[in-house]
Formats: sequence, structure tokens, C-alpha cells
Amino acid sequence: MRVALFVTCLVDGLFPDVGKATVRLLERLGHEVVVPAGQTCCGQMHVNTGYPRQALPIIRNHVKAFEDAEVVVTPSGSCAGSIRHQHADVARGQGERVLAEAAEETAKRTYELSEFLADVLGLTDVGAYFPHRVTHHPTCHSLRVLKVGDRPLRLLRAVEGIDLVELPAAETCCGFGGTFAVKNADTSTAMLADKMSNVIGTGAGVLTAGDASCLMHIGSGLSRLRSGVRPLHLAQVLENTR
Amino acid sequence: MTFLGMPAGRGNLTGAPFPEAARTALKDAQLRRNLAKATTTIRAKRAGVVAELPDWAELRAAGAAIKDQVLADLDEHLVRFEEALTARGTTVHWARDADEANRVVTDLVLATGTEEVIKVKSMATAEIGLNEALAAVGVHAVETDLAELIVQLGNDRSSHILVPAIHRGRAEIREIFRRHMPGVDPDLTADPRALAEAARKHLRHKFLTVDVAVSGANFGIADTGSLVVVESEGNGRMCLTLPRTLISVVGIEKLLPSWRDLEVFLQLLPRSSTGERMNPYTSVWTGPTEGQTSHVVLVDNGRTATLADPDGRAALRCIRCSACLNSCPVYERTGGHAYGSTYPGPIGAVLSPQLTGVVENPTLPFASSLCGVCYDVCPVAIDIPSMLVHLRGRVTEAKRTTPESTAMRALAWVMSDARRWRRFTRLGKFGRTASRHVPLPGWSVARDVPRPPEETFRDWWEAR
Repeated sequence: MRVALFVTCLVDGLFPDVGKATVRLLERLGHEVVVPAGQTCCGQMHVNTGYPRQALPIIRNHVKAFEDAEVVVTPSGSCAGSIRHQHADVARGQGERVLAEAAEETAKRTYELSEFLADVLGLTDVGAYFPHRVTHHPTCHSLRVLKVGDRPLRLLRAVEGIDLVELPAAETCCGFGGTFAVKNADTSTAMLADKMSNVIGTGAGVLTAGDASCLMHIGSGLSRLRSGVRPLHLAQVLENTR
Repeated sequence: MTFLGMPAGRGNLTGAPFPEAARTALKDAQLRRNLAKATTTIRAKRAGVVAELPDWAELRAAGAAIKDQVLADLDEHLVRFEEALTARGTTVHWARDADEANRVVTDLVLATGTEEVIKVKSMATAEIGLNEALAAVGVHAVETDLAELIVQLGNDRSSHILVPAIHRGRAEIREIFRRHMPGVDPDLTADPRALAEAARKHLRHKFLTVDVAVSGANFGIADTGSLVVVESEGNGRMCLTLPRTLISVVGIEKLLPSWRDLEVFLQLLPRSSTGERMNPYTSVWTGPTEGQTSHVVLVDNGRTATLADPDGRAALRCIRCSACLNSCPVYERTGGHAYGSTYPGPIGAVLSPQLTGVVENPTLPFASSLCGVCYDVCPVAIDIPSMLVHLRGRVTEAKRTTPESTAMRALAWVMSDARRWRRFTRLGKFGRTASRHVPLPGWSVARDVPRPPEETFRDWWEAR
């Protein structure tokens, strides 16, 4: 299948390894990956911080960049969530009916990575090998906006050699929330502290998630604590083979 | 969106900016322990009893639909409700805002000549600040709900819709009773039974001697003019039946069209609020009992203005169950006082700014990480996260130009074009060294700043 990758602004600029792993994984599974040149960002930060009008040109750019794609895959639950549940609404709110309809069309063809692997490709075992103790943070937007359910866990369980341990209070937010982490830094930090102590308590050496943004938040807290726990995107675990 | 002539909500709906108020609460380790323990327990209970019902999703959809129907034709339902009440001998009063509602109630109370009224736990009277208004005319209002009584005796503020004293531990309650409850046993222990017994003795005396009661209502039935109070302790029922004058203060959104609709909510409410299959006491009254005078004060206080906003009006579906508070990771850390309003937690973060207008409450829509758990647990399916996002838009619009809005505009310019975005990410490489030393305000308090990579994804992709 010809897969258009929406790599996301955060992965492009700060966590390119997540994008590389997604490309390698999809290629290993026998698919052609294209990266539409016009792409930038989904505009979620603007929408969620209260700037729908400023988000509009970003959304328009995104829709245009992916209008010809057969299927769009993104390694981010929150970006997929924004594309599916915010783009058309924001466009409509700004009186852009044509754009709203185009955004709905793009949204229908857009999948978060674990959704794509599980639902479109019908895979549970992607042939990965990862002999480490791993715990998984399901991320709020994957869980509650996209409703990915246990798809990431099913994929992880099938990884050869993995020692997958349950994360206590896994479904509780890590406190990132985009600009929330800065606007309400104290509350965000308190939420992060509980998330980190749950992660460290599992004894896992690797923390996975389906979203680079949550991993950035928890990871930069873990890095400050010098905990030794490595944050890795789901794609980075699934990419590995023996 | 708000039209002239729509009264804005006043009363106990605003406070200090959320981030500041939260900071104070976050420093209180005892508070955080109390909150975490209480919310964890009630969350588990709720999840258990909700999972028991195979038709929960349908019940929830029915609850949302009934409330939406009421809101869509609220004017007609209110007129029917008033007619039914009047026909049964209850006097109906209309209040545009908190001040008007307080004036109506204080006048009614003063006319009875009493110096004390007993109260059924009520969010509406807390919202309008009725106790303070009564105190100003020399009338003491006695809260009869145990948790409200603890808050009142401690000269404290409620921090939860359902469990106003959730932030207090047993030892603290014992201290409050010993210091402030008249005639209490000085050897009172912190045993819950002993505490409850002390409150019971104190309240029984009030029930038997005070002749005027003030209540709210969980529901009003438009068809019949019935009022419904749902409670756990039975104190409310004492207030509703014993005094000769009963004054009920009711928000205009509390109506249900017909008696039949109540069935849905009597399933949704207790399971969502206390995690019980059914609450111990449900009192329904239609008109005054013999020898009683009854009044109903219907309060707007910003509700019509909320109704006028199609993206925000679903907040008026709220049945005050507090499932969203008990599930919210922000509420769990900060407690209710940080929200500065009678309505704390996620629902407060959307309701208070709508009732008062966003300009009066600009920090509340941002008091959420948008994790979405509030929407999942809401028994009437209020999409709180989307509503928060909508209200954030109204806040930033009202504020015009700020450093943040300038930055957002610049970033939008960069992000709406791939070439501009590319140049911007390449700048990151030069920022690599700087990012190790330059702190990001807010972020670097507890978190390291991620270092931009040598090569962006796009550079890698194109060089491949």
C-alpha cells in the first residue's frame, strides 16, 4: 500500500527518530511510504490554546498537503485526534464550508499508527524483537478521543522477547496538555510527579507511548530525575527486529 | 453572542486566577492526601455500579436528550411549571440574578419574623451567596447537610459539589466540632460514628425549633409543578416537612418535562455521584403540605446567556453529580477552592465562565489538560473538553493582543507553509547549545528542555 506519512511538527523538528522508525517499520511490512512535501503541523496547539482563527491556515495547509493521499498515517494519537475531531469543526466555525468538507474527507483516510497496523493491515504481530522490560502509557487522546483501546498493547504483547509490565493508573493524564504544562506549570508538575513515580515503580527500562508529545513531557521529567528510564515511541519498539 | 438584557451571573462564581489559587493548594500535602484518597475511592465505586447496568450508554443518551429538549423549549416549560406550581398554592418568584434572588428570599424570611432558617444542601443558594445575604439582615442560616455543616462551622468554603468538606480529614472535623459546635462534648473523638452523632444532636434541636426552611431542588417537573430533592442523610426531608415556611431556590435549567423523565435521572444521578445504586432519600413534593406556606424562586443568574451560546449551552444539562470532579486529575491535585467558584472541577471550568461571562473568569477554561476523562464519565454526556476549547477561543478573542497571541500568530504564519516551517526547524540546530542553558519559564521547573536534533526528519528523508 502507498502510505502518506504525516510525521507531525514535533517529530520533524525535535524527535526525528520517531519518524524514521515509522518509515522503517512500514517499509519492512512491505509498504511504500511517501512524505508529502507540503505538510507542517495539524494546528492542534493553536486550536487548543484558543486560537481557532490562527489555526485555520495551518489546517488548510494540512488538508491541501494530504488531499491526494490514499491513506494517511501519523505516529501521534493527539494529532490524529485533532484531524478527526477538530479540523472540520474549526473550519465550519470560521465559515469555511468547502474546507470543512475537504477536512472531513482527509480525516476519514487518516489513521494513528496502531489503528493503521491493527485495523487497516489487520496485524497483531509485526515481527518485532525487543528484549527489554517495557511499560506503556496509553495517552489521553489515543484512549479517549480516538478510542484506540488496547491496540497498542496487543501489538506490544506480540513483540518477541519483550517483558511488558502494567503501568499503575495508566489511563491518568501525565499533565502535559500542550500549553497547559506552561500555563498551569505547578498543577502539571504535580500530575507528572505521580506519573513518573508509577513508571519508575514498574522497574521498566523503557516507557512507550503512541505520542511523542506525552513522551517528551514524561521523558524530560525522567531525564531531570536521572531515572535511567528511556522514553521510546511505540514505532521505535516495533521497528526493532532480531 | 450574549444579547443585551441578558443578566450576567453574580455571586460566588469568581475567585483568584486558577494558577495562583492552585499553587497554594498544591503546597498542602494533607489536602492532596485527603483528595487523592476520597476521589480514588469514589471513582472505583462509580465505575463498579455503572458497569452493572447493561443499558448505561442508552440511559446516558436519554438523559442528554431529555435535558436538551428542556433547554430547547425552556420558556414554555418554565411557564407550564409556574402554572402548575401556582395552581397547587405555591407562590412563584422570578430572579434575574443573584442580587434579585437574595432580595426575594431575605424579604420572605424577614416577613416571617424568624432569626434563623434551616437549609437543605443547595448549590443554587451557595452560588448566589444566600447565607451571606441572610447574615447581612441578621438571619442565621443553618446548614443541615453534614458536610455543609462542617464547612459552615469551620468558616470555610465548600470544595466539592457533593462532598463540600472532601478536603478535610476526620481529625480536622473533630477540631472544628470541638471549637465551633455549641454544647458539644469536649471529649469528642474522631470516630466517624461519634462525629455523626454529635452533628445529629446539634441538628435535631434545629429541626424541632426553627420554623423556616430554605431548599434547592435537584429537579423540577414542568407538568406537575413537583420539586425533587435527592440526598443521603435525610436531613433535607426534615427541613422540607417540619417548618411552616418553605422557600425553594431553583435554577431555571433544573426542569424535566414530565414525571416519566425522572426515572432516567434517578438512575443516572446516584450511580454517578455517590457510586450507589440508589440514594437513601428521594423527596418529591407537589405544592405545600397542610399548614405550610411555600415559595419557589426561579433564578437565571447567567443561565439565559449560557443558553444563547450554541457551543456552550450543553453545560446546562449538568445534574451536579460531580463524577467529573472525582475523575479529573487536575481537581484531584488542586481541590475545589482553586476554581474560585461554587462550581469547581471540569464542569465548573465551563459553567462558571459562561454564567459570569468569560471576561470575569478568564483562567478557568485553561484549568484542564483536556485529557477527556470528564466527558467519559458525565452521565448526561457533556463534551466538556470541546467546550473548554471553545471558551478558550472566546477568552483569547476578548483579550486582543498579548505576547502570547503575537507568538501564536507568528507561529501560525510559519506553520501554514512548508518552506517557512523548514527554515524554522533548521534554526533549531543553532539552538542546540543554547537550549541546554536557557530555561523555558514554567517548563524547566521540573523538566529538562529537549535538545533539538542535528538533523530534522525532513532533512533525513530528503537525503535518504
